[in-house]
Amino acid sequence: MSPQPLDSLKGFAVTFRQLFKKPVTQQYPEYKRPVYPRFRGRHRLHVHENGLEKCVGCSLCAAACPADCIRVVAEENTPENRVSPGERYARIYEINMSRCIFCGYCELACPFDAITLGNEYEISEYSRDDLIYTKDMLLAEPMKKIPVADRELYDTPIPYYKEHS
Amino acid sequence: MTEPWWISLIKAGVIVNLIMVAFAYTTWLERKLLARMQNRYGPNRAGPYGLLQPFADLIKLVRKESFFPVAAQHPLYIAAPIVSMFTALAAFAVIPFGAGWQIWHYHVNGEIANVSIALILIFALGSVGVYGAIIGGWASHSKYSLLGAMRTCAQLVSYEVSLALSVLGVVLMGQSLNLVDIVNKQGATIWFFIPQLAGLLVFVFAMIAETSRPPFDLPEADTELVAGYHTEYGGMRWGLFQTAEYVNMITLSGLAVTLFFGGWHGPYAPLGPIWFLLKVFAFVSVFIWIRASVPRLRYDQLMRFGWKVLLPVATINAVITALLVVWVS
Repeated sequence: MSPQPLDSLKGFAVTFRQLFKKPVTQQYPEYKRPVYPRFRGRHRLHVHENGLEKCVGCSLCAAACPADCIRVVAEENTPENRVSPGERYARIYEINMSRCIFCGYCELACPFDAITLGNEYEISEYSRDDLIYTKDMLLAEPMKKIPVADRELYDTPIPYYKEHS
Repeated sequence: MTEPWWISLIKAGVIVNLIMVAFAYTTWLERKLLARMQNRYGPNRAGPYGLLQPFADLIKLVRKESFFPVAAQHPLYIAAPIVSMFTALAAFAVIPFGAGWQIWHYHVNGEIANVSIALILIFALGSVGVYGAIIGGWASHSKYSLLGAMRTCAQLVSYEVSLALSVLGVVLMGQSLNLVDIVNKQGATIWFFIPQLAGLLVFVFAMIAETSRPPFDLPEADTELVAGYHTEYGGMRWGLFQTAEYVNMITLSGLAVTLFFGGWHGPYAPLGPIWFLLKVFAFVSVFIWIRASVPRLRYDQLMRFGWKVLLPVATINAVITALLVVWVS
C-alpha cells in the first residue's frame, strides 16, 4: 500500500490530463525532421567547376576507413583521357554502404576534399548488392532531398570544404 | 421463461462473435488510450485512426510459423491456449445484457443461459481458466514458462478468494446467485455499488489481478520473466492466450456492471444492451487508465496486498452486510 493514498490518486489526474494534449510524436515519413547541419549521411564525390573530378585516387580514404568499406583502384591520367587534375584518377571508387559506419574519417583523410558525407539517411535497399555504391552513384546528385536545419541555430564551425567548394 | 434451444444457439453464436469484435477493439482502444496518455498517437497507419489495426494483427498472427520447443508436451502444449480461451468465452454465457424481448411469437432471454448458480459458474470457469496458464507453462518445458506459470497460479488463486468474497455482499443483498435476479433486484431498489462500495473496490482490485492486468501483471512481468507462462508460445497460440486475457477483462467488467451497476438498467431511457455495453466500455477504459497511471507491484507487495488487505476487507464487508441484511429483514 502506498503511504500517501491521495498522492497516488494525483497520478491518475496527470495521465488523464495528457489525453487532451496534442501528441508530441513526429509522423516520420510525412514529416522529416531537419537534420543537424553537420549530419553525416550518404557519401558524395565532388567535381571541380571545370568538370574534372577532385579525387586523384590516392586511397587515403580507404586507408583511413575503420570499417574497410572503401575500394579505390587508381589509373594514370593521359592527355586523351583526363579525368582529374592530378597524375592519377580513381578508375573504380566503391563504397560498401552496408559496412560504412558514417564516422567521417574518409572526408578528414581526403587531401582534396573530394569525398564528403552528405545529409541523406534514407539509404536502405532490399538487396545487399544494391548497397555497394559505385563512383557514378556517388558523383551524381542524390535523388532525395533531406531538409537541413538552419546553420544559424547551431553554434558550430563551418567545415572548410563547405566554405570553399 | 424458456425459449427454444435453437434461439439459444443463435444467440450464443452472435454473442461469441460480438465478444471477439469487442476484444479486437479493446486492444485498439487500449493502445490508443495508452498512447494518448503518454503523448503518443498509437496505431494510426492501418485504416483511419488505425481502426484496421486489430485485423492486421490477426492476419500477422495467423500467418506466423507454428513454432514450438522440441521438448514441449505436444497435446498439452496445444490444449493450454484452448482451455484459456474456452473458459474465458464460456463465462459470458450467464451474464445478462438485456431484459429479454418478444420477437415474433418467441420469447428471447437477455442472456444465453439462465442458470440459478450463475455466479458460482463464473468463478468455477475462472478457476478452470487457471489451468490454461499452468498447463501452458509446464508443457512448454522452459524455466521461464514454469516460473511464470507458478507465479500466475499463486496470484490467481490468491485473488480468487478475495474476488469471490467481495461479491458475497451483493449475493446477500440480492438474495440470489442468479445474475438476472440480482439485476432485477437492483432495478427495483438501488444499484449495489452504493451500499457495497467496499465490495466494489475489492472486486475491482481482485479483478485487475485476476485478468493479470497492470499493476498486477506479475504473470507476464516483461522485465523479469520474458513473458511468463506464454514465453514459448508464438503466433495464434500466443494470440489465443492474449485473447483470453482480454475476453476475461471484458467478462469481468460485464460481471462488475451486472453486480454493482445495475446491468442493463440505466437512467433516462430503457436502452437495455446499449446501457450494458456503455458501462462495460467505461469499465474497460478505467482498466486502461489504471494501466497508464500505476507502476507494477513487487511480488511480495502483491501477495501482501491480496492476503492482508483485500481478504480482510472483503470478509468484514461480507460479515457486516450479512448482519445488516438480517437486522433489516
